[in-house]
Amino acid sequence: MDARSIREQFPILHQEVNGHPLVYLDSSATSHKPIKVLEAVDAYYRNDNSNVHRGVHTLGTRATDKYEGAREKVQQFINARSTKEVIFTRGTTTAINTVAHSYARANLEPGDEVIITPMEHHSNIIPWQQAVKATGATLKYFELNEDGTLNMEDVKKSIGPQTKIVALTHVSNVLGTINPIKEIVELAHRQNAVVLVDGAQGAPHVKVDVQDIDCDFYCFSGHKMCGPTGIGVLYGKQELLENMEPVEFGGEMIDFVHLYDSTWKELPWKFEGGTPIIAGAIGLGAAIDFLTEIGLDKIEAHDQKLTAYAMERMSEIEGLTIYGPSKNKRSAVVTFNIDGVHPHDTATALDTEGIAVRAGHHCAQPLMRWLDVTATARASMYVYNTEDDIDKLVSGLAKTKEFFGNVF
Amino acid sequence: MSFNNLDTLYRQVIMDHYKHPRNRGKLEEDALVVDMNNPTCGDRIQLQIQVEDGKVKDAKFEGEGCSISMSSASMMTQAIKGKSIEDALRMSQLFSDMMLGKEIDPGNLEMGDVEALQGVAKFPARIKCATLAWKAMEQGVEKN
Repeated sequence: MDARSIREQFPILHQEVNGHPLVYLDSSATSHKPIKVLEAVDAYYRNDNSNVHRGVHTLGTRATDKYEGAREKVQQFINARSTKEVIFTRGTTTAINTVAHSYARANLEPGDEVIITPMEHHSNIIPWQQAVKATGATLKYFELNEDGTLNMEDVKKSIGPQTKIVALTHVSNVLGTINPIKEIVELAHRQNAVVLVDGAQGAPHVKVDVQDIDCDFYCFSGHKMCGPTGIGVLYGKQELLENMEPVEFGGEMIDFVHLYDSTWKELPWKFEGGTPIIAGAIGLGAAIDFLTEIGLDKIEAHDQKLTAYAMERMSEIEGLTIYGPSKNKRSAVVTFNIDGVHPHDTATALDTEGIAVRAGHHCAQPLMRWLDVTATARASMYVYNTEDDIDKLVSGLAKTKEFFGNVF
Repeated sequence: MSFNNLDTLYRQVIMDHYKHPRNRGKLEEDALVVDMNNPTCGDRIQLQIQVEDGKVKDAKFEGEGCSISMSSASMMTQAIKGKSIEDALRMSQLFSDMMLGKEIDPGNLEMGDVEALQGVAKFPARIKCATLAWKAMEQGVEKN
């Protein structure tokens, strides 16, 4: 894989920010889009724009073919058994909320437990808080080891007959931790609990095979994997989805509408009320083509190499703390702080050099408390980043440290 | 050092307030207490104001945040002490205008060190850091 030639396919990267060539290290927040994706969305609107599953006319058929074609691409990308198991949503958040509203509320009772982890993004915490409040079930957390990996002893101890749902992230958006999902699914299934995986940071970086993992639900977003914003996927096992009630009602998802009652379309459409995110799905399909052409194994290797390089170079800076596990257990995220410099100040200083990093709590306030910090800075990488980007980050960080050291 | 732009934001006086905050702590006597945070970044402030005869008799703050939000809180508490509620609110309005990059005319109001934060206007992503303490003050006196 040649990141330099890949960069050429991302027009946004070829600009100056504050007088410096852009160094984009915020792909965990959102990734950039290659020309292929931009053109797919543009071509849809220019040539095929029409509503799907409705009109008899030719444009309607073309739009439907493209939309459903994108669903097939997703199915193959995650190795789902059929397209019935692939529901298009607005993003990971909507996907998790669909399960927390529909499956959780129908299946939880007082005494039941939902278990999550302290490293979850808010979008995989709050839906469960609300679901247990509504049903009288209890929310629990697995423990973390000191290095920010899951404490598997605690996982084994905690999952019991009372456990109904285990929900956890595939890859932490702060620590970069890659969780042993397959092992956890096995433990949960022994107790007949279902497992939902938040794949927002997983799907872009790690090869996902839902049949191999055997998880019950897998949720991810298009925009973090070179696709457009506003499109995401809820994968669910067919037998579970069949028995779940839709959470959004309206056009597109109905079979028959009577005066006082209605019936739903078959899967996956019963969960897709209203005009769907047609252009988004088509863009996601193009993003999947783009990633598949490179190869997820190559992307993973590139991420690993670059992350190891970043961690090595960044630890040369005295007074810089890196959070999370060692380099061989993590994805392309390096979260850090410079002693005595608030991460917002770090991010502003880097921005004046054209370097984009995230600063704040990363939508993971419980994890910030676990780390005993109020905020951190984060550099996150993807297919288009190079060692040159890391070198610029490191020299920017050195300067930042010097600047704030001098003004104090 | 090629951080020239940065000097317009992080003026010496700002860093001095960050490192040596004025009025940091808790008021002993009865005070209006306002907790406010910036949910997008995690900065938080607890502001305590003691009002007597329509005037700010004392003000203190506690909290966590970046150099801009904490220095702004320090400067704000310094600036409003001894001022009437009306003047404190007028200063808050002037500060908001300053953050929008408008020319301000404080007239007879002594803004003091607060004016050092002028440079923040050129860093839109940081304006909310600077206004946090002022918003807390506004909420506090409105409660009064």
